Amino acid sequence: MTLRIEIDDLAKYFGEIKAVDGVSFSVKKGEVLGFLGPNGAGKSTTMKMITGFLAPTRGTVRVCGHDVLTDPISVKASLGYLPEGAPAYADMTPDSFLRFIADIRGLSGADKKQAVDSAAERARIKHVMFQPIETLSKGYKRRVGLAQSILHNPPVLILDEPTDGLDPNQKHEVRTLINEMAHDKAIIISTHILEEVNALCTRNVVIANGKVRFDGTPHELESMSRYHNAVCLNIANVADTDVVPFLHSLDFVSGVEPLTSNRGFRVYPTQGKHITAELSQVIRDHGWQVDSLYAENGRLDEVFRSITLNSTQGEV
Amino acid sequence: MNMITIWFIMKRELNGYFATPVAYVFIIIFLLLTGFSTFYLGNFFERGEADLYPFFSIHPWLYVLLIPAISMRLWSEERKNGSIELLMTLPVSVQEAVLGKFLAAWAFTGLALLLNFPLWITVNYLGSPDNGVIFAGFLGSLLMAGGFLAIGSCISATTKNQVISFVLSLIVSLVFVLSGYGIVLDFFSSWAPATLINAVSSFSFLTHFDAISKGVIDMRDMFYFASVIIIWLFANAIVINARKAD
Repeated sequence: MTLRIEIDDLAKYFGEIKAVDGVSFSVKKGEVLGFLGPNGAGKSTTMKMITGFLAPTRGTVRVCGHDVLTDPISVKASLGYLPEGAPAYADMTPDSFLRFIADIRGLSGADKKQAVDSAAERARIKHVMFQPIETLSKGYKRRVGLAQSILHNPPVLILDEPTDGLDPNQKHEVRTLINEMAHDKAIIISTHILEEVNALCTRNVVIANGKVRFDGTPHELESMSRYHNAVCLNIANVADTDVVPFLHSLDFVSGVEPLTSNRGFRVYPTQGKHITAELSQVIRDHGWQVDSLYAENGRLDEVFRSITLNSTQGEV
Repeated sequence: MNMITIWFIMKRELNGYFATPVAYVFIIIFLLLTGFSTFYLGNFFERGEADLYPFFSIHPWLYVLLIPAISMRLWSEERKNGSIELLMTLPVSVQEAVLGKFLAAWAFTGLALLLNFPLWITVNYLGSPDNGVIFAGFLGSLLMAGGFLAIGSCISATTKNQVISFVLSLIVSLVFVLSGYGIVLDFFSSWAPATLINAVSSFSFLTHFDAISKGVIDMRDMFYFASVIIIWLFANAIVINARKAD
């Protein structure tokens, strides 16, 4: 089990402001780590320190075994980085830009041509290769930035909000691209788009106010929701006044509330247990007919809010 | 330091000059101004001497005005559009980036200088000048341009704003020229001790360039310009290290 990225007690203070305050985590090969947090939580600052752009106030970063403070060039050579906003040289074309990156990355001759071709192919920018970057749309600029970051097939990828500002189709394409590459790389993606947690990530780190608030799988993140394993239930032809007392009487039910959008109830299990089968059984035993019944996974937006807001109150 | 990396950075930067009209506008203005000042201000024909002294003697003043226009974008633009984050997270050291960019600007200035060759042809056609002196003049002018560029490059690293970069570079460059200019020195000589005046004037581009442009290639003058370039570029790298992420 090789750790590609090791971060230990990383901190960055800007004067009095603690942008990042003692962050530790690591990323293995094959992992896509979703780095979540509200705006200003310290995501970009952490990424800038991993990539050697910002010097940390304290703590260490190792990428593929190289320490970013003592051997920054080796760190930079082994990672691909898409900075926030995908900056590029606006007056260059994607073709000349990617060839410049290939030159700097030490590729030449057939390797260089192959690397540029394959990166352009994967980022789907082949048909805009000879237009100045400044004339491209936001989505294409982002993809040029992506092509730049994967050009040398790096073992580690750091992508700062790779899908920010893209339309749903473009988001889907970028996610597909990242999923294609995930198996042999260690990838960190920062985002505040929660749907990407399930679409992309194998693990999540949530930070707020510069500190890690959560580190675990997307499933663990979801199960922190009070909606986790709650069952939405609709029973045909029975009055609500009969259903509610019955549901309350069951020992595996901790609460019942009416659904706002349509008829029916949301039934909360005790201790977050999986109760779908039991519930449907007792209702049928009672002689009622179930119209619809399904369990919820948990709501990420609610978990996100509770994790990040609690911490804010804690700080103040 | 990796020479190949420096070369690629220089090449990209140099191509950048010609991707926009900036390079052409600069070269045309530079040639117009050198031509104008040589023939009108310098009385090239009336002097009746087969040399390019009027041409070279105007260079410090032209450079004060024009070099900041080249150097102002070197780092300010990178910082403004965020590409500095891209550049400094590629396997490139700060020294390599500073040197690559500086060499690109210097090569560009050298090209603009070389395009004055019709003047050299003219003076050779009209008389028989000492081409050694003229060569020394070109060399001195190129070295001096390097000094101005190093100042401008360092200053452009301090700000995202190209206008501020231009104005500050112009002022600092002017100080480096004026400290050797007769009128300014006369003003100080009435009350300041002579050693101080000598010290100040020895820091001037004018003092060192004047000798070279007259054909006297003194190692001390060469060493002076080389030191100016190295010291300002060294400061440039320190500024980038300290402030690249601001």
